[in-house]
Amino acid sequence: MRKSRTLDLGTGTFMLLGFAALFFLTTQTTSRGISLASPPHYDLTAKFDNIGDLKVGAPVSMSGVEMGRVTKITFDSREYKAVVTMRFDARYNQIPTDSDAAIYTQGLLGGKFIGLTAGGADTYLKDKDQIDFTQSAFVLENLIGQVLANFTKSAGQSDSGKSKADAPAQPTPKTTEKTK
Amino acid sequence: MKLIQELWESLAEALIGLGAVVRFLLRLVAASPRALLRLDLISQQIYNAGALSLVIIMLSGLFVGMVLGLQGFQLLQRFGSEEALGTAATIGLVKELGPVVTALLFAGRAGTALASELGLMRATDQLSAMEMMAVDPIRRVVVPRFLGGVIAMPLLAAIFSVIGIYGAQLVGVQIMGVDAGSFWSQMRGAVGLHDIYEGIAKSFIFGVTCSLIAVYQGYYALPTAEGVGRATTRTVVTSAVFILFLDYLITAAFL
Repeated sequence: MRKSRTLDLGTGTFMLLGFAALFFLTTQTTSRGISLASPPHYDLTAKFDNIGDLKVGAPVSMSGVEMGRVTKITFDSREYKAVVTMRFDARYNQIPTDSDAAIYTQGLLGGKFIGLTAGGADTYLKDKDQIDFTQSAFVLENLIGQVLANFTKSAGQSDSGKSKADAPAQPTPKTTEKTK
Repeated sequence: MKLIQELWESLAEALIGLGAVVRFLLRLVAASPRALLRLDLISQQIYNAGALSLVIIMLSGLFVGMVLGLQGFQLLQRFGSEEALGTAATIGLVKELGPVVTALLFAGRAGTALASELGLMRATDQLSAMEMMAVDPIRRVVVPRFLGGVIAMPLLAAIFSVIGIYGAQLVGVQIMGVDAGSFWSQMRGAVGLHDIYEGIAKSFIFGVTCSLIAVYQGYYALPTAEGVGRATTRTVVTSAVFILFLDYLITAAFL
């Protein structure tokens, strides 16, 4: 009797540990997770032209301090913009209404996160409010495209015999025309 | 000419062996419903195969996870994306290292125990004695051991992965200074349920393979001291080769 009790205890402990591990894997390491305890929080939204590869669960921070997470990403089919819902810790409830949100990259290959910059307004954002000033994700291909375009333009001009002094003025052609 | 004949014979022997194992598996499956009525026998085998392997699995999981944390950190640092450590370690553990290393350890710890136990039963005529008493040794002895292994293996692999993730977290976050929030949030963003399912499917298939090879080798061991020893050795070698081979097949199938 004593022996079968310890045996059952061992088997039971093992099965419990095993299923606890499976539960942990399915809920805590994936995005389908159930957060075990949800502390007091409030939600804000922001519309972005382009969110790059921002994912649900990405951190939202101000001055480098994490204040919340991205909880939902949807598409606004009228404005053709991405609508990002963020959940903030209730401790950080003093975000000015004219704050702006931008999407940054962690490291070179890291994931995206949202960085907030505080505005100067006296009123604070409340639950379900929208952050109006946003800045899209930095898309590397676009930047490379621009640089290449500029580069080929200035190269073509120097070949055709124009002075190199014109080249730095390239990004703002309108102003150069006016001065001429 | 003689060489070709020998080659042919050894190939035919391997095919016969494979066929016998498959036939043995079908016998086990056919006997399983009846054996499920004796849950106490199965739970004892879960204890033998699972609970007794817990310590070695947890220790190995911790160290594998810690090594992953170190190596992953070194590698990711070169690209300036240490925050991806959580993702890298979790996907590596859940999909690959968890099932495979657990299965190899399982073959060494539980598989050999099964094979030598059954082999010794064969050598001491206990199995024949059961047949004389009209007790089917397959149903009474072999199937509970097989099912115990099949049930224990996925649970062991899951425990291995979880301990491994904490090992990687221990090294990456506590020692190397990766941000804990990014470690977990990037992991949650990148790991999907299908990754977990792949790991569970793998460990289940490895559990069937390891247990089957162990009980087959033990059941058909030569009834001598040498035969039992050889059955134990073959269990480990065959299991290891089949685990790695099947691992490739399953990974390719899930891609």
